[in-house]
Amino acid sequence: MAADTNAATDLLTTSDGRPLKAALIRAQSRARRRAFLLVAPLLAFILLTFVVPIGQMLHRSVYHDGFSSSAPLTSAWLNSTSPGTPPDEAAYAALAADFVKMKADRSAGIAGTRVNYNLPETRSLFTATARGADALSPPYKEAFLAIDAKWGDLAVWQAMRSSAQPYTLDFYLVATDNRRDANGDVEKVPENRRIYLYLYVKTFVIAGVITLLCLVLAFPVAHLLAVLPMARANLLMILVLLPFWTSLLVRTTSWIVLLQGQGVVNDVGVAIGLVDDQDRLSMMYNLLGTIIVMTHVLLPFMILPLYSVMKVIPPSYARAARSLGATSWTTFRRIYLPQTLPGIGAGALLVFIISIGYFITPALVGGADGQLFSNLIDFNMKNSNWSLAAALSAMLLGGVLVLYWLYDRLIGIDNLKLG
Amino acid sequence: MKKILLLSSALTVAAFAAQAEVRVMSWGGAYGAAQTEAHVKPFTALTGVTATMQDSDNPATPIKAMVEAGNVTVDVASVEYADAIRLCDEGLLEPIDVNDLPDGTNGTPAAQDFIAGAVTDCGVSTDIWATVFAYDESKYAANPPMTAADFFDLEKFPGKRGVRKGAKAVLEFALMGDGVAPADVYATLATPEGLDRAFAKLDTIKDSVVWWEAGAQAPQLLADGEVVMTTAYNGRVFNAALAEGKPFKIVWDAQIFENEMYVIPKGSPNKDAALDFIKYATSTDGLRQQAQYISYGPARMSSLKEELIFSDGKTVMATHMPTAPENMTNALESDWTFWVDRNAEMNERFNAWLATN
Repeated sequence: MAADTNAATDLLTTSDGRPLKAALIRAQSRARRRAFLLVAPLLAFILLTFVVPIGQMLHRSVYHDGFSSSAPLTSAWLNSTSPGTPPDEAAYAALAADFVKMKADRSAGIAGTRVNYNLPETRSLFTATARGADALSPPYKEAFLAIDAKWGDLAVWQAMRSSAQPYTLDFYLVATDNRRDANGDVEKVPENRRIYLYLYVKTFVIAGVITLLCLVLAFPVAHLLAVLPMARANLLMILVLLPFWTSLLVRTTSWIVLLQGQGVVNDVGVAIGLVDDQDRLSMMYNLLGTIIVMTHVLLPFMILPLYSVMKVIPPSYARAARSLGATSWTTFRRIYLPQTLPGIGAGALLVFIISIGYFITPALVGGADGQLFSNLIDFNMKNSNWSLAAALSAMLLGGVLVLYWLYDRLIGIDNLKLG
Repeated sequence: MKKILLLSSALTVAAFAAQAEVRVMSWGGAYGAAQTEAHVKPFTALTGVTATMQDSDNPATPIKAMVEAGNVTVDVASVEYADAIRLCDEGLLEPIDVNDLPDGTNGTPAAQDFIAGAVTDCGVSTDIWATVFAYDESKYAANPPMTAADFFDLEKFPGKRGVRKGAKAVLEFALMGDGVAPADVYATLATPEGLDRAFAKLDTIKDSVVWWEAGAQAPQLLADGEVVMTTAYNGRVFNAALAEGKPFKIVWDAQIFENEMYVIPKGSPNKDAALDFIKYATSTDGLRQQAQYISYGPARMSSLKEELIFSDGKTVMATHMPTAPENMTNALESDWTFWVDRNAEMNERFNAWLATN
């Protein structure tokens, strides 16, 4: 019977005599091509503006050829010997040849900068040596030591050794408050220089606090928006959206005007006798300022998803619960709240992820202790240490991905409702 | 056909020549305004080449990105001395030959006319500026702060302090406030104990500091009454005091001065026009002009010889310059070798100090 059916299918043909199966496949693949063409622009856009830059960033965080391309001969010698080998005459000869080249193409600063990341104070060693590179003559070891005794220092050679490979994890070492000692072993930097891990954790904690504050503030507002009559809800909605449309800088500056030492809030406080004129409240240029302003800036990202979810919750459910004898608290906890969870999840995820990467507001109002991780990325960008900035960014990206995964495991990403 | 090609390429060249422009990037605020008035506008009037001014918190920052991306949108940048050296070492700037620069009006060749160190491989100094500290005179009528030590004395002079957020000039200032002589500052700072000492001094005022980043913020904080004294660039305070009539007073004790340099980012599409601009701006007249708008010392002997009057027509600039002898009694020249080498290290420590405890 089965064989018969198969035979019958094989015989099925379209009106122009082609086998139905082949015709079907063709038609389907044409449809697929058309569908692909339709999404192609978006795909290209995402590739170009999202995947490629992030890929480049990740690549940069493990790649720096400043030394290896500027000083190829020395790099070759370093790569062919084992760590800790003291430099011999061949090594110094290679270095001399590299310095002649570096002087000619003005790359001593680039090589020095790379080595300086591993060992401070080596940058000027490179640029100063390059200035006298033409006068270098054998025996090279003595010639180099005559320029600067540091050329005999094993720590300098170790720093060059870890720079000799273009692919390196050095920047992740720095980004996790580590460094290499003179033997190339990883060690923690001194306590007073540790900052990255501390700020990393702090950033996640502050982002959590801001998310929680946003949720507490947004929940009643979103509920009000959802239950008010249309006309008044629209008016309220405009009040929510107006700041959302206002320039971020304007909003941040307005907060500075309000909260600074000589600002409106303090002035009012002094005028009504709540605040002592000599001891005004510090609400700006510190962590408190960062939290207040960021909570305000990110509030709409919490209100809007919450509102869109609350809008479609039928009020009859809550009424049914009340009529069955539930207290208002029980109704809220067991009937209303669970139905708003997709909105809470979406809003919380949005606010949390945005605040982790936020940098302009902390930069403006954060003062000393209100700085976040992203401010360090910005700082290293400005100081041209792009590889370290990339490594820090990758850490941030990794943290967000882990959170996303956790969210998916715990709540499920299908439960997300963005609007 | 050949004719048409020739004609069209000639037209293209002419079109490009007509489009030649000089895009200058400087520090904004009073300083940017001074360079606009003294260099940008007269240069355009003189040569017909359009020159424009853009502001930045630090014009050295975008240069690396622009050069590496091959999209150089700034033709002349005004950068700090250490940055001019660093960027030049990394091959990110066009070299400038001192012999191309015009002689002084008194006939002295440029190489001798500029003060020592004012012309480097890739940069030409426009002025000597200083980080000083300033206070609001109306708050200290009887007993004003006189020394860097007073800046750190919260008991004698209570109130908030403005300090630039960054290691450079702040660490030196802290050491001088702790009684280190200018000559010993960098030797002290190079030792771990000396560095600890600088941070220990900063610790004494940490809770009272409002940190600023853009040069214009410092006089603003003073004007708002947010701070009672602040470190600042001397020209910004001078302009706020004279042009805007603020009761600000500069304390010259422990000033930290350095050259400010015009540089040309490598690959500037208007390199020749940019060089012309620098030649014009750093000529005897160009430097003298700038000194009439802001109290930074010109870097040429020939400009210094002439009497400089502020743009209000009456204030004599000489005593307001960092280079005035009476202002130099306890002054420190910023050491670029120190900062080129240790900038990253110092700022890492500074950031860690700022963010913790």
